[in-house]
Amino acid sequence: MQGKKTPLFASHQKYGGKIVEFGGWLLPVQYSGIIEEHAAVRTKAGLFDVSHMGEIWVEGRDALAFLQNLVTNDLAGMKNGQIRYSPMCYEDGGTVDDLLIYRYGETCYLVVVNAANIDKDREWMIKNMAGFEAVLTDKSDETAQLALQGPLSTAILSKLTGEAVADIAFYHFIDDVAVAGKKTMVSRTGYTGEDGYEIYCAPEDVTHLWESIMEAGREEGLLPAGLGCRDTLRFESCLPLYGHELSAGISPLAAGLGRFVKLDKASFIGREALVRQKEAGLPLKVMGVEVTGRGIARAGYPIKADGRVIGTVTTGSPAPTLGKNMALALVDAAYAEIGREIAVEVRGKEIAAVIVAKPFYKRS
Amino acid sequence: MKIPAELLYSKDHEWVKVEDGRAVVGITDFAQDQLGDVVFVEVPEAGAELGVGDGLTTIESVKAVSDVYSPLGGKIAQVNEELGDAPQLINEDPYGKGWIAVLEIADAAELKGLLTAEEYKKFLSEEA
Repeated sequence: MQGKKTPLFASHQKYGGKIVEFGGWLLPVQYSGIIEEHAAVRTKAGLFDVSHMGEIWVEGRDALAFLQNLVTNDLAGMKNGQIRYSPMCYEDGGTVDDLLIYRYGETCYLVVVNAANIDKDREWMIKNMAGFEAVLTDKSDETAQLALQGPLSTAILSKLTGEAVADIAFYHFIDDVAVAGKKTMVSRTGYTGEDGYEIYCAPEDVTHLWESIMEAGREEGLLPAGLGCRDTLRFESCLPLYGHELSAGISPLAAGLGRFVKLDKASFIGREALVRQKEAGLPLKVMGVEVTGRGIARAGYPIKADGRVIGTVTTGSPAPTLGKNMALALVDAAYAEIGREIAVEVRGKEIAAVIVAKPFYKRS
Repeated sequence: MKIPAELLYSKDHEWVKVEDGRAVVGITDFAQDQLGDVVFVEVPEAGAELGVGDGLTTIESVKAVSDVYSPLGGKIAQVNEELGDAPQLINEDPYGKGWIAVLEIADAAELKGLLTAEEYKKFLSEEA
């Protein structure tokens, strides 16, 4: 197996992680088991190594103007310490990536990007910098990241820091937080549909942080959690995964992310194409699907209705919290209505399914 | 990793237990561990005739779909219906309650193509 190792690679082996290659990285798909780790995050807490994520800094007088031109969401009005999610599009409305944008100051932003897209995103950003006074620095290799997720995350993290992390609002962050004696940045964000934190630190500090958090969470039932449950957790919450629900061929509007596309903001890359898509109506939409027959839908399987193929599964798997087999699928807009009965073709057999509302899971 | 001495093994990580001209077939402890939590087993159809390497069943874990190939040729005499509702038996007891099917062995000479426990153990260590 070939791939880049995060600074926690030895810890993953120590904790019994089953290593797989993902987006060019060697990471644990699971430790004790996907279903057990999934349940821990929903009911207690789980700790993920997400050091593979990319961190690109944008600084300079035109940092905001540059980003406003680059992404579909509106970043005006953000305050220091605030985070915003946004797709980033090509001219034709297809998606380059989806990002988190952290505002450090009027002239300083951190853009967190998907691991598999770091090089592509950086090149796209550089290509679109002309005319803006801004400097871009890719610090992905100098930044490690942990995600502590689940309802007991605050209780666990509070044991390791004097900062009132409980008071960090959702989609906000505080910098220069000492956690277990190490300098970190802590944000109230995640990719699981649960409460939780993402903790950014120096690569040389991450093993100490991992061990300290695991120790602090012992009585809460904290488990190390792998990529497998990261995917099933985000899937139940219907958070898109780039390469599945979003891609160069799937615009944020088709993905159902219209609330992050501010067509009324001043010009941005892809705006004209997205306006046209909205006016003409989308031919395909990402919809939620419950497989009611016996079988599991998987990415790439055809969706059928009226004897023909009307779409494709983008993500499919059991939804452990629901105890059902669910899917996200890109389907012909004519069939994209909740309650519509369809079929998923599983190994040549049509299995009954129905279009249902998203998300499949919402924390109470 | 359990590798019972009395069984035969295929390089596709199936085990075979020979009893009175019949072969009980399942997947090995190594295979179930590699798959992770098994959530779906397509129970094979009794009566079907299979050749060596034909698809016997499909096992799905949370993340993966894996085909199980028949380690021997023959007719499926019996299938483990319990796996339909309790696919996790493959994880919990791969050599016992997690058996998949019983085949009527068509050609006993095919057994020679399988590995002994010792050979399978060596095969695993070379593969790793």
